[in-house]
Amino acid sequence: MTVLDWSGPLVPGAVVRDDRVARRASWSAVVAAGHVLTIVDVGGNQSADCLLFAADDPAERYSVPDTLAWSGNVYVGTGTVLRSNLGAPLVTVVGTEVERHDTIGGACSKESNTLRYGHHTAADHACRENFLYEGAKWGLGARDLVSNLNWFMNVPVEADGSLGIVDGMSAPGKRVALRAERDVLVVVSNCPQMNNPCNAFDPTPLRMIVTAPVAAPVTVPAAEESA
Amino acid sequence: MTPMTSAGAGSGTGTVAAARADARARAGLTAAAMPHVPASQSPHIPPGVPAEALVWAETVAPAGYTHRVVARGTRIRLDDPTGDACAHVFLLRADAPWERLNVADTLKIPWQAYLGAGHPLLSGDGRVLATVVADTSARHDAFCGTSTDAWNIAKYGEARPEGSSPSGQALFALAAAKHGLTARDLGPSVSFFQGVRVAADGTLAWQGSAGPAAVELVAELPLIVLLANVPHPLDPRADYTVGPLRVHAWRDEPTGPGDPAFDASPERTRAYLNTADDWESRS
Repeated sequence: MTVLDWSGPLVPGAVVRDDRVARRASWSAVVAAGHVLTIVDVGGNQSADCLLFAADDPAERYSVPDTLAWSGNVYVGTGTVLRSNLGAPLVTVVGTEVERHDTIGGACSKESNTLRYGHHTAADHACRENFLYEGAKWGLGARDLVSNLNWFMNVPVEADGSLGIVDGMSAPGKRVALRAERDVLVVVSNCPQMNNPCNAFDPTPLRMIVTAPVAAPVTVPAAEESA
Repeated sequence: MTPMTSAGAGSGTGTVAAARADARARAGLTAAAMPHVPASQSPHIPPGVPAEALVWAETVAPAGYTHRVVARGTRIRLDDPTGDACAHVFLLRADAPWERLNVADTLKIPWQAYLGAGHPLLSGDGRVLATVVADTSARHDAFCGTSTDAWNIAKYGEARPEGSSPSGQALFALAAAKHGLTARDLGPSVSFFQGVRVAADGTLAWQGSAGPAAVELVAELPLIVLLANVPHPLDPRADYTVGPLRVHAWRDEPTGPGDPAFDASPERTRAYLNTADDWESRS
């Protein structure tokens, strides 16, 4: 039986949003500049595939190569600034309870599953489906899907260039915290992949908590239980 | 009193006839970087390639760009004659440009981060856009993409397209615009001839050039090819350093059963099967 730890915000602040994302489902929200999004890996080793867009102009969006070039490292950890295709900071990782996260492994799709695992997996649900479904709510489509982040996923690059998704380093209740450097649209696919270790072969829920940095009185919407 | 003059005054272009003659006298000139039309007239035809098979021949200037639509089966050779070129490449499917280079899948499907001979350049739709079929450099990069204006302003002080240090992204945007495409149509790109390697802790280490080298790609689908020839973002040289890039393309065959790339791994075999499957239903 899967152990679930719903945990709580990684940084102090007033909760302005608190959502539970069902296993295999998608989620999106605009996180205001200065607010912090805590993502909770409720069941452990659950890849949270993630795209970021500038809320005021989604043509400016998360860019893996810009993030890597500016940071000088292929892994994402505390202090990594997640940059846009214009090189501008979108989000900063302000805390993580997992040593590193992935941004080179990309998202699963029905189409790439046929290459990776065979054509019998084409019917499986996939992150690309979630991104398209969730993105459409904001007017985004296939042209807006670019290489993404995978919170809690482990993709080492070995000395000879070998690269792949291996067993995760996370556990139930582990968290990562992201501070928005501007108003940012966050689109998440709670990865439904069943053919590799990115979910420990057992998709589990996520919790998404947005906090404001000051303890000013804020109306707290009830968490929507969808898990 | 200074007489009223025009910019051309004194150069014999005061009439339409004279201006036309002046313009036409320029046609025989050559430049270090230029397209060769027809391509069979290229002064740098690759060894073994029949001149009449060429469909594209061009030398791209340092800090320049080019773009082209090529048919499935076109073989594209990129030459770095000085060891200082850096060929940034972005590919879109010509008949459906929302299908385009997906760098994550390009690394994940072959389980390999470093581009080299036999490496497929995949779309996000489970198909191969192009295959690296020959490579004398082995120093390439699929992590850092190309430079942005912000990067070049920070590094070189400016990034204007008319200036001395334009960004790869700005050049890609111009190339894309000439195919009706915008920033939303551009994603992470790959680059050839300037290598980067990943250290055990994830640090990106500069490897740089192998010296003069060539890479050949085969288009597995009809493609819009966007090429920008600008310094790699991690190039440690303080000055904007890039050499000319030669491009030649000719009619050849897409990768099929029996070709080394087709059989290189089960994942790749299925990628080529998907590509042929899709192509055959359309054609």
